[in-house]
Order: sequence, then structure tokens, then C-alpha cells
Amino acid sequence: MLDINKIRAQFPILKRKVNDKDLVYFDNGATTQKTQSVIDAETNYYSYENSNVHRGVHFLSGLATDKFEETRSAIQEFIGAKHKHEIIFTKGTTDSINLVANSYRTLLGKGDEIIISEMEHHSNIVPWQMCCEISGATLKVIPLLDNGCLDMNEFDKLLSENTKLVSVSHVSNALGTINDIETIIAKAHNFSAKVMIDGAQAASHITLNMQKMDADFYCFSAHKMFGPTGVGVLYGKEEILNKLPPYQGGGEMIKEVSLKKTTYACLPHKFEAGTPNISGVISFKQAIDFIKEVGVSEIAKYERELLQYATTEALKIEGLKIYGTAAHKSGIISFNIEGLHPYDIGVIVDKMGVAIRTGHHCTQPIMDRFNIPGTARISLAVYNTKQEIDICINAIKKAKLMLS
Amino acid sequence: MSTIKEIQTEIIEDFTIFDNWMQKYEYIIDLGKELSPLKNKYKTEENLIKGCQSRVWLHAEYTKGKIIYTADSDAIMTKGIVAILINVLSGQSPSEISNAKLDFLNDIGLKEQLSPTRANGLVSMIKQMKIYALAYSK
Repeated sequence: MLDINKIRAQFPILKRKVNDKDLVYFDNGATTQKTQSVIDAETNYYSYENSNVHRGVHFLSGLATDKFEETRSAIQEFIGAKHKHEIIFTKGTTDSINLVANSYRTLLGKGDEIIISEMEHHSNIVPWQMCCEISGATLKVIPLLDNGCLDMNEFDKLLSENTKLVSVSHVSNALGTINDIETIIAKAHNFSAKVMIDGAQAASHITLNMQKMDADFYCFSAHKMFGPTGVGVLYGKEEILNKLPPYQGGGEMIKEVSLKKTTYACLPHKFEAGTPNISGVISFKQAIDFIKEVGVSEIAKYERELLQYATTEALKIEGLKIYGTAAHKSGIISFNIEGLHPYDIGVIVDKMGVAIRTGHHCTQPIMDRFNIPGTARISLAVYNTKQEIDICINAIKKAKLMLS
Repeated sequence: MSTIKEIQTEIIEDFTIFDNWMQKYEYIIDLGKELSPLKNKYKTEENLIKGCQSRVWLHAEYTKGKIIYTADSDAIMTKGIVAILINVLSGQSPSEISNAKLDFLNDIGLKEQLSPTRANGLVSMIKQMKIYALAYSK
């Protein structure tokens, strides 16, 4: 059993009031709150450790580099990667996907195909559209079923010898669906296609093991797992990363530079041009430590319990429809109430201290698929409670009453 | 016809009677429901102001030196504020609309509804109303 009060005590923001009410934060899909340890690590770095990494010979530079690299090791262990240099630091999930789309593009040409899905976040659609536009490759899309699952029969039909890369999300940010990525990966590998998984909504909710999962690329953002904004991770298999050209040129990614020719540094530095978000990477380790301490499987179990409770309670509201009803779901409830606009629900519950997301969640193709302008979305984290769900449900009921 | 300033003062007075946000929001919702409907033929792509969250349609007509605005929104809270803006600006002359200051929205505590991050289309709507005024003043 998790001690939720003890967990909550680590997040200072949860003590604050919003509109004179206790904050109920259900917008974790957008970003999670930060532990005191993460906040302290940021402050501590700038107060006592600030120096650039991988360069200086002086004491502070060594210290910053060591701490920076400690986070890389912690992530390697956290996601079960074979090598430490398979962990590339980026600005976030979007940046990670853009890195792969840009670098992989050079290996693609006319006749090659990339497969994404209809449920993707815009950040897993647009980079591939840009990649196809420049390389001449074709973009194919796995359609959605009514329950918010991917149509795997259609996926089978899309796969061919021409498929070079498949990029899908582990968990849908708008529907909560947990995709059967093991099957997707195995099927794509049958055609020698590489697979990239957008793990932004999965990384602190589902146990990850890169070697078992066998994805070629996997990416996620620190800020959706209690860490700071502006830090992301791209995991890639060593042999594939070695084959890709660098994404950005600059300092730190080179081996030797002359005005005629430059040779590139080894992994992971080849993909880390410029001074990184040092304080962010260092404090990110505190978030990883927090997650490890609580335990991902414990988090998953507790969030499932919350999801089940919230779903049951939400469905008691007349006219409420949930989008995304897959059997295998993460802690996300996307809904609409008949006759009401999600924006109106969002602004009214906000007045009662409840933070939910409304809109298209950067997934316009999903909204088009269900023919809706948007949804209201509750997204859960391990520090949420059933009492908070009650407050939220009551706020939604009140909003409904006011708006009807 | 009252001036823009007079109407704004009236609205500020109307809003002083509310003790809490709920009464205020209920009033805005009512204003939204009572807003004279925008004819379907004006609900065009051209008249659509896309917000990330809610959508606003705005139509303007120029008669006898005055601009008449009609509008609609798919979200009722947005529509209520649209109704307030129409109440203030519709039926005024282009130059008065161009020069109108809309600070009264802060006075009635609706500033947050007009922040660009709300992305409800209202900021763009005000801009569009002013653009019409500028166009008709030539």
C-alpha cells in the first residue's frame, strides 16, 4: 500500500490554493508537478555547482559533468538500456522525435514508407510529414477503432517491404489507450522496419525495459515524470544511432574540426550539440529516484485503481461520454457532456480549484475521427486521491447544472 | 444611443451586484443564451475566428454610419462575453469603435477570460472588430 500523504508531502505545490480552494491538479498529462528534491537540486546546482560540462579541467566543471552523467546512468538503469551511450539528452519528446525524423530522413528516398497512427500527438505527426516532404517517402496511417484502440488488422495491411520506420505512441495522451507496442515492434521487425515509440505518457506509469521491448527508438520528457521542463530523453539502439548522421552541429558533438572537414564525436555526444540544460538534467535524477522509490509497478497499480474509480463516478453523470474505452488504459479520462462545450466545463471547474485540460490536446486527427471540437480531460498522477476525484466530479456536476 | 463609455459604466455597475464568481458566471451564461442568433449564412469559414479552445463567428454590417456586429460562439461562456462586447461596440461609429478602450473588462473581473493563453478566440475577436471599424472609417 502506498502512503499517499507521504507522497503528497513531497510536492510543495499541492499545498497551495487556487481561487481560494485547495488545488486539485488533474492536468498531469500536460505536465506533472515537481518534488521538493527536484526543485532543491535545481537551486543547489546554480547556487554551488554551476559550471559547463564535458569541457573544463577545473573542479566545478568536473563536478557538474559527474552529476550530469549520473543522470544518464540512472536513466539507463531506469529503462533497462544495454549501454549508457544509448541515452541522448534532448529538450523533450518533441525534440527527440524531430532528431530522429531529421537524421533518419537521410536514409530515406522515394518508395520508402513511414507508418504512424491516427492517435498520435501532433509532435509525432508533423516531424514525419516534414521528413516525407523532403525525402520523398510516403506517410501511412494506422486508423483508430471506436474504442480508441489501433486497428491492428489495418496495420498488418500497411506493413510491407517498403516500410522503413513505424512511429507510434506507447500511451495516447488524448484517449489513454495503452498500445500493444510489443506486437507492433515484432510485426514491424518482421519487415526489417525500425520502430520509434513516443513514451511521453508512459515513462512514469509503465515499467520500461528497452532490451525486452526491443524498440529501436524510445523517447520521453522529464517534465511529465515529476522532473523539470526542457529535458527529454532519446533512447536509441547503439548500432542504429551510429549509422545516423548528427542532427545539429556545434560544440561538444565533434571529434576534430578543421575548416575543410569535421569528424564527429562518439555516442552520445554526437547528438548533443551545444551546452545542454545542465541543471535540468541533474535535477531530473531526483525525479527518477522518487519514481524508483515509490516503484513504477506500485504507481501503475494505484493509478489503475484511481482510473477505475474516476471512470465509474464520471459515468454516473447523465449525458457524459468517455472517449477512449480500451480495456488496457492509462490514467486518462477524456470526456464530453451532451450539449456542453468542454471549454465551458473547464473554466467553471477551474473556479472550484480543479485543473483539467480542455481542447483538442494536440491531437486534431482524433477529434476529427470522433467529429468533436475537443474534450475535457482528467489525467491522473500518483499523488492524486479518490477525495480529489470526488471534488472534481462534484465540480463537473455543478458546471453541468450552471450550463444546462 | 448611449456612448461606449456610458455603456461600459452601466456594465460595471451591473457587475457590482454579484457577491461571488458563480453569480457572475451564471449571468454571463444567460447573456450568452440571450444573444441574438447569428444567421446561418454568416456562419462561414470567412467569419470564423479560430481559437484553440472555442470558436467565434463575427459578422459586421455598415449602415447609416454605424457598424452593426452579430456573432456566435460554440462555447457559452465565450458567447456571453461576445454578447457583452457586442452590447458595447455594436451600433457605434467606426471612429468611436477604433478609439474605444476596453479596460472595463478588467473592472468586471473578466481579464482572465481575455488572456491570449485562454485561446478562446476573444482576443482575436476584439482585434477583428477593430479591423472592421478601421476598414469602414475610410
